[in-house]
Amino acid sequence: MTLLEVRDLAVEFNTPDGVVKAVKGVDFSVDRGQVLGLVGESGSGKSVTSLAVMGLHRGAKVTGSVKFDGTELIGAAPEAVRKLRGRRMAMVFQDALTSLHPYFTVGDQIAEAHREHFGSSRKTAWARAVEVLGDVGIPEPARRAGEYPHQFSGGMRQRAMIALALACEPDLVIADEPTTALDVTVQAQVLDLLVKLKDDRGLGIIMITHDLGVIARIADEVLVMYGGSAVEQAGADTLFTAPRHPYTRGLLDSLPRLDSAGEELHAIPGSPPSLLAPPPGCAFHPRCAVYATTPHQGCTAQRPPLVAVATAHRSACSHPEVTG
Amino acid sequence: MTTPLMQVSGLGMTYPARRRGAGIKAVDGLDFEVRAGETLGLVGESGCGKSTTGRMLVRLLDPTAGQVRFQGQDISTLSQRELRPLRAKLQIIFQDPFASLNPRQTVQQIISAPLRAQGLPKEQQVKEVRELIQLVGLAPEHLERYPHQFSGGQAQRIGIARALATRPALVVADEPVSALDVSIQAQIVGLLERLQRELGVAYVFIAHDLAVVKHISHRVAVMYLGRIVEIGDKEQVYANPAHPYTKALLSAVPLPDPAAERQRERIVLLGDPPSPANPPSGCTFHPRCPKAREICRSEPPLLRLGSGSGERQVACHFPED
Repeated sequence: MTLLEVRDLAVEFNTPDGVVKAVKGVDFSVDRGQVLGLVGESGSGKSVTSLAVMGLHRGAKVTGSVKFDGTELIGAAPEAVRKLRGRRMAMVFQDALTSLHPYFTVGDQIAEAHREHFGSSRKTAWARAVEVLGDVGIPEPARRAGEYPHQFSGGMRQRAMIALALACEPDLVIADEPTTALDVTVQAQVLDLLVKLKDDRGLGIIMITHDLGVIARIADEVLVMYGGSAVEQAGADTLFTAPRHPYTRGLLDSLPRLDSAGEELHAIPGSPPSLLAPPPGCAFHPRCAVYATTPHQGCTAQRPPLVAVATAHRSACSHPEVTG
Repeated sequence: MTTPLMQVSGLGMTYPARRRGAGIKAVDGLDFEVRAGETLGLVGESGCGKSTTGRMLVRLLDPTAGQVRFQGQDISTLSQRELRPLRAKLQIIFQDPFASLNPRQTVQQIISAPLRAQGLPKEQQVKEVRELIQLVGLAPEHLERYPHQFSGGQAQRIGIARALATRPALVVADEPVSALDVSIQAQIVGLLERLQRELGVAYVFIAHDLAVVKHISHRVAVMYLGRIVEIGDKEQVYANPAHPYTKALLSAVPLPDPAAERQRERIVLLGDPPSPANPPSGCTFHPRCPKAREICRSEPPLLRLGSGSGERQVACHFPED
């Protein structure tokens, strides 16, 4: 069942240097009990996309359509979006220390969200805070709820952030690099927790990360972004075994692997494009291995659309050698 | 056997306690060597002391215990003046390329700084810098620009050029690629490998990313709470980890392969790494170790040769075979 339906989402910022087109028409959907992985490098537009879905962009021009459980959010009254945010769709940020308020106890912050959205009493809200802290695996939740964020370790804080997101039993959680700041043994614990929440509660999750290992571990469906556009979309298995877009292929080839002997890494030359002055046509063509060997006019003429290349597999490349 | 390039024995760093007490042992009794032209990977989670170790190796920090012998000479007690001629042979690359480049200097000034410090004549500096900038894959026209005009990957190349300016025998690279995008990481790793082949420089490569370390290293040391728990040839440590922590660490890294991920046996450690301010008794890993027994709570295990072939050493009472 489709929970979130995003169509032609575009986000533009006015800056002193000109208009930055951070996201240029992205489509995707998330079902209940599904993890959508949004993967891309810095400046690819993955975080901007998620903030736009949550209605958290002030001063940006957001166009297109974001339908949450049938309700259109783009152009909706801010108050209506605010009532959904934190209640039915919640966000987990990368840095839990800056996202939690240092002056309030962890329990107070979680209880506040519950009181705000359900109008519950202090007592009920506090009990709920203790309950969700226990759900995310914090030992002695009744005692820890009375502590401040600085008294929590990094992994515990990230769990507390997830508890805060879960306090109002949301249907959708957007997690923006939730494990990037964590050590790998702690990251494994947090990823296990997210998978469990998805399975047990049918939570829809958008997982934003640059780590393809995390994507392989947790995502059902993957959207690869580059220079503000989606360049490939496929089921996780397909994306890793049969990637179509030269950028996705390049990314996988440039990855040092733990699971194979040390072959040479094939780096992608150059650096990600400037959003102020993007290259004409396909944003990836200046770095593309296929374009470098056989330049094709179409690559510089226009931005290739995301089109179906197989069942449930879309790629945005118009080079004849790739499209076959 | 020839003398190793660097020989570290009993190296320790105790930061003074804020009020009273014994202080914080960030690094506790390290013994290892670095051989000429090799890459020794130093891995571990945050707070394990790997960066503190790297800084002591180049004397950016003064060790509170032990010795660092570089090319046969103990550098841990030399004065700054005595150190100066050695600095040419011993360099460091940092994680954040922008924080480690002076924003008010041109690239020319940045890269020539170590040459200037070694008293090289001006014309020769200019000539050397032109060669260096091309060696790291940038162009001479970049020399008049300032750091903010570069991308992260390019800035890291400048940091590498500066570190290599005096043709060092050993470079400590402290998380040199972890601030970079995946596609750029591979460029920098490839560059470091090429420079090692061309110049014969040895690296101590410090990182938390086990896949990157596996790729670039010849030997690997795994640290936990200020100590080395396992050290040996890369193939041996990665294929057959002997220490339960190494095993758990490797199994926790998500692989970019969904099918393999589903089938994988994962050892999930409980809890977080403990604080070095209050380390557990005995083997410091015992509270999280799936194999811990009574002796582990009381006796700290020593680093010793493991079973089987090779020269892998492990600090565990019950190592894996």
